[in-house]
Amino acid sequence: MGSGRLYLAVAVGGFRRYATYRAATLAGVFTNTVFGLILVYTYTALWDEKPHLGGYDLAQAVTYVWVGQSLFKTLANGGGGVESELMERIRTGDIAVDLYRPADLQLWWLAADLGRAGFELLGRGVAPFVFGALVFDLALPTDVTTWAAFLGAVLLAMVVSFGIRYLVALSAFWLLDAKGVAQMVMFTGWFCSGMILPLNVFPGALGEVVRTLPWSALLQAPADVLLGHADPLGTYAFQGMWAVVLLAAGRMAQGAATRRVVLQGG
Amino acid sequence: MADTSRVVDGLRAYRMITAMWIRSTMAYRASFFMTTLGNLTATTFDFVAILLMFSRVDELGGYSLPQVAFLYGLSSTAFGLADLALGSMENLGRRVRDGTLDTLLVRPAPVLAQMGADQFGLRRLGRITQGLAVLIYALATVDIDWTPLKLLLMPVILVSGAGIFGAVFIAGAAFQFVAKDASEVQNAFTYGGTTMLQYPPTVFATELVRGVTFVLPLAFVNWLPATYVLGMPIPLGLPEWVAFLPPLVAVGCCALAGMAWRAGLRSYQSTGN
Repeated sequence: MGSGRLYLAVAVGGFRRYATYRAATLAGVFTNTVFGLILVYTYTALWDEKPHLGGYDLAQAVTYVWVGQSLFKTLANGGGGVESELMERIRTGDIAVDLYRPADLQLWWLAADLGRAGFELLGRGVAPFVFGALVFDLALPTDVTTWAAFLGAVLLAMVVSFGIRYLVALSAFWLLDAKGVAQMVMFTGWFCSGMILPLNVFPGALGEVVRTLPWSALLQAPADVLLGHADPLGTYAFQGMWAVVLLAAGRMAQGAATRRVVLQGG
Repeated sequence: MADTSRVVDGLRAYRMITAMWIRSTMAYRASFFMTTLGNLTATTFDFVAILLMFSRVDELGGYSLPQVAFLYGLSSTAFGLADLALGSMENLGRRVRDGTLDTLLVRPAPVLAQMGADQFGLRRLGRITQGLAVLIYALATVDIDWTPLKLLLMPVILVSGAGIFGAVFIAGAAFQFVAKDASEVQNAFTYGGTTMLQYPPTVFATELVRGVTFVLPLAFVNWLPATYVLGMPIPLGLPEWVAFLPPLVAVGCCALAGMAWRAGLRSYQSTGN
């Protein structure tokens, strides 16, 4: 089997594994829709007070809410991707089996996570978005190119998101129980990705800093492409840069871990 | 009375199991401080978001920052108390799935008490600490025309709010007997509920406010009593005395949630493994 086909099979496996839990998916759709509703009302009050805040008009701000709720699980900015499983395997020592496989550890988990993210996008993302589009006035593009550009940005966001979570998971090689670290990074990521408030609304220097961090490649970047607020190529370059940096860092951490760290024995 | 002795039994079991979990948590002190700090940081972020909003505007839905902080502090603290006491109830679906609920059924203590105390997470003190900090900030900065009645009402609001959220946790767990995998639905009402209550009621559509007043009475956690204390218009044009209803609403909710719990437990069929 060619290695491309191997990782494709892993990705398909990741997709199908998450697709198994239908009730959980429905429950998630419901929860994201409720959170979307709450955010829409608070944003409406905010934009009523200050129209064109952060360069968005109200319809764009409301669209941003639904993009965020739709990508919430896909990007796993609140955790819940494959990294929790990877962390557990490192803690228990099962990771030794993974290292023994004739496949690259990082690519294997990237493929599994992309499969998962793909399912979450279809299974959990589409429904809240359609609900938002039916109930509220959204600023959606009418041309196919913008939608295609948006999907490209989402795909890159998935890779950046994995890059961050892979590093978090690998910290378990040194910490053994990385749950505390994972929790801290996730909540930081949740805030810094603009899940609560769009990053272009953040004031002054804080705004400038958060907009350069890798988390801004997750939600803000695709949302701005969809809203026609950012140039797709520039956005791709920014996301691609973080994807490369994070994956390279993950590879280095992986190398250091497998060379030096003694695995947890069973 | 048989019923009272069951309650006493339940509380005793709850106390013993939580004490055990606290001892076990304290065995890993560093981990405890990390997760508590994580819990505190996590909840701080949504208040920081509110601060950021107020860096761009002076009012949100006619409420100033200290007034929103007042709503936030009450909602977060009440929710934090309920989460500390009963937050573990959300693991019920998992226990039903993997069959470990059966272990609880054969022990000589009420299942509700065992489930509530299961994996008792002392780290949840982080959320309460953060809620109280915001509440103290609000009390120091907000302009309230204090009367003895309003002062007396404050602790009542917190305890009743915790009771109402506690009922939501129990009802959510009862629902998991039926829904199993769908445990996330209750997040919409617990985490979603507390998030919603952190913002002024004037921000939301009237139907939504009606829903959380008359159907799922979350508005009694803070909106109705807090608008009275703040001297702001009470939502839906309700009379002032609704501000004093939270204890009754909390008792009613807990009774209903208890019934739902019993119905759920009775309908439970083990997976058999």
